[in-house]
Amino acid sequence: MTIQEWFDKRKEAQIERRAKEMRGIEDANPSLWIKCVHCDSQILKTELEDNQMVCPHCDYHFRINARTRISQLFDEGSFEEFFKGVHPTDPLNFVDTESYAERLKKAHAKTGLDEAVITGLATIEGHKIAVAVMDFDYMGGSMGSVVGEKVTRIMEKALALKLPMLAITSSGGARMQESALSLMQMAKTSCAVGKLDEAGLLYINLLTEPTFGGITASFGTLGDIIIAEQGARIGFAGRRVIEQTIRQKLPEDFQTAEYLLKFGQVDIVSKRKNLRKTLANILDMHGV
Amino acid sequence: MAVVLDFEKPIVEIQKKIDELKKLSETSGLDMEQQIQDFEKQAQERKKELYSNLKPSEKLQIARHQERPKFLDYVELICTDFIELHGDREGMDDRAIIGGLAKIDGKPVMIIGIQKGKTTKENLEYNFGMPQPQGYRKALRLFKHANKFNLPIITLIDTPGAYPGIKAEETGQGAAIAVNLREMSKLCVPIIAIITGEGCSGGALGLGVADRVMMLEHAYYTVISPEGCASILWRDAAMFAEAAEALKITSKDLLELGIIDEEIKEPIGGAHADYKATADNMKTAIKNAIDELSKLPVDKLREERYEKFRAMGRFIEG
Repeated sequence: MTIQEWFDKRKEAQIERRAKEMRGIEDANPSLWIKCVHCDSQILKTELEDNQMVCPHCDYHFRINARTRISQLFDEGSFEEFFKGVHPTDPLNFVDTESYAERLKKAHAKTGLDEAVITGLATIEGHKIAVAVMDFDYMGGSMGSVVGEKVTRIMEKALALKLPMLAITSSGGARMQESALSLMQMAKTSCAVGKLDEAGLLYINLLTEPTFGGITASFGTLGDIIIAEQGARIGFAGRRVIEQTIRQKLPEDFQTAEYLLKFGQVDIVSKRKNLRKTLANILDMHGV
Repeated sequence: MAVVLDFEKPIVEIQKKIDELKKLSETSGLDMEQQIQDFEKQAQERKKELYSNLKPSEKLQIARHQERPKFLDYVELICTDFIELHGDREGMDDRAIIGGLAKIDGKPVMIIGIQKGKTTKENLEYNFGMPQPQGYRKALRLFKHANKFNLPIITLIDTPGAYPGIKAEETGQGAAIAVNLREMSKLCVPIIAIITGEGCSGGALGLGVADRVMMLEHAYYTVISPEGCASILWRDAAMFAEAAEALKITSKDLLELGIIDEEIKEPIGGAHADYKATADNMKTAIKNAIDELSKLPVDKLREERYEKFRAMGRFIEG
């Protein structure tokens, strides 16, 4: 091993260790307790997992990643991943305080994912659907070229197979590091929804913590039916931006799923434990 | 008094000298014509040089220039017989988005744009060019009208972004934009979108799903304002010039990336230096695009529009 190799290896190990630290208590101490961020009660990690990552004391819904969502929501073993081979690049050679290339590497190390969305086919209580599941842990679930491309491809697959489509969003919005290319993914995915629409296929949105910006302003809110998970924060502009613009305090529950329901922006607010049943029922009633 | 941008100061200095010489030649009766001409030539050359080598952060200043022509200026210079059509039919007429019927060289079109003001009073009326969801819904209503009566659609985009406010969120700012993106893809008439000043984020794209997307030479188009980007990624809004560079916001960059189809030239000194010349260039570009697009059968028009946006993005496969 050359010295350079030794250094590279050490650096890789460091990145991996840091990523583990960022994931926190989960990996480092699998048997330990987790403190509920809402009610402060100590919960046994296994108990929290058995309860779908929902606090058994106060019903607080922890944010979950795409893999966990897939295992909770779809029939066991039914999920078949597509378009895994679409990988991000750095088309603008974007560098801020860190290079985009480096951020992509870190996001991969942190999550084990290739991008912020997983796409494929699955069944829910036997109903076959095309799905896109976003993962906030990968660069804030932001949409760049790859997310836009994978979402569009799975919609085109739904179109070809005449399947209903479910998009589960968790994202801060469009990805800044690909600038206008990210912005155009909003157009691309929305145009694809247009095709589903014209083909008379059912499209369902499941908005989860958090869904913002370029996602609510594109495929995230174009569903025939929009379901929001309990407690999820959903909006176009960020809370801080709004506060700075209008210079007044916002209501405590502003931009929550419940708040949006009150203003007619979503069809259903659902607890995590009811999602499977609700989705299966909806699919059933549309005869798909 | 005219607003002078920082990088334009050298030209102003030369102009001052010219004015002094003119005054001097008047009062003294001396013939200074040659010197004045030399200075004028110098000023013109300097200006040309400055305006052909602008940094992205300098283009930002031009795109946001208070005296830059606004939507209604272009309507007046490009169209005749403009009939404004107001309101979203659900309780609001958002003044940040204005639209209506008009003629371009005798041919009827639907023209819709984001309006900014030149004075504080006007800016309050137009909400600084930041539309509410109701503005996007009014635009959609006009899109559908144009579709029904087979009129080409022209949208002029100049916005720092969709308005971030309480009511905007409550009435579905994101969804209003999203619906426009989806519905614009379905329209059966030619659509031409021109970024005339600021093309910031989803608020700009909400009128931007078009068969031909064009940009004025010194306009900018981006996923987030350079200031917003700098405050998030650099944690310091003062780094906006670096962000403007990194975000690749200029017409030249966006042509290369395939985001826009055409750049419309501005006169030396920018659009604010010569409204008419700018509007003439724009009118020519619009007419050419309408002529080309009108020849396409509807299916092909729609398919090409879909494929155009479908192809956007850069990734690797395998």
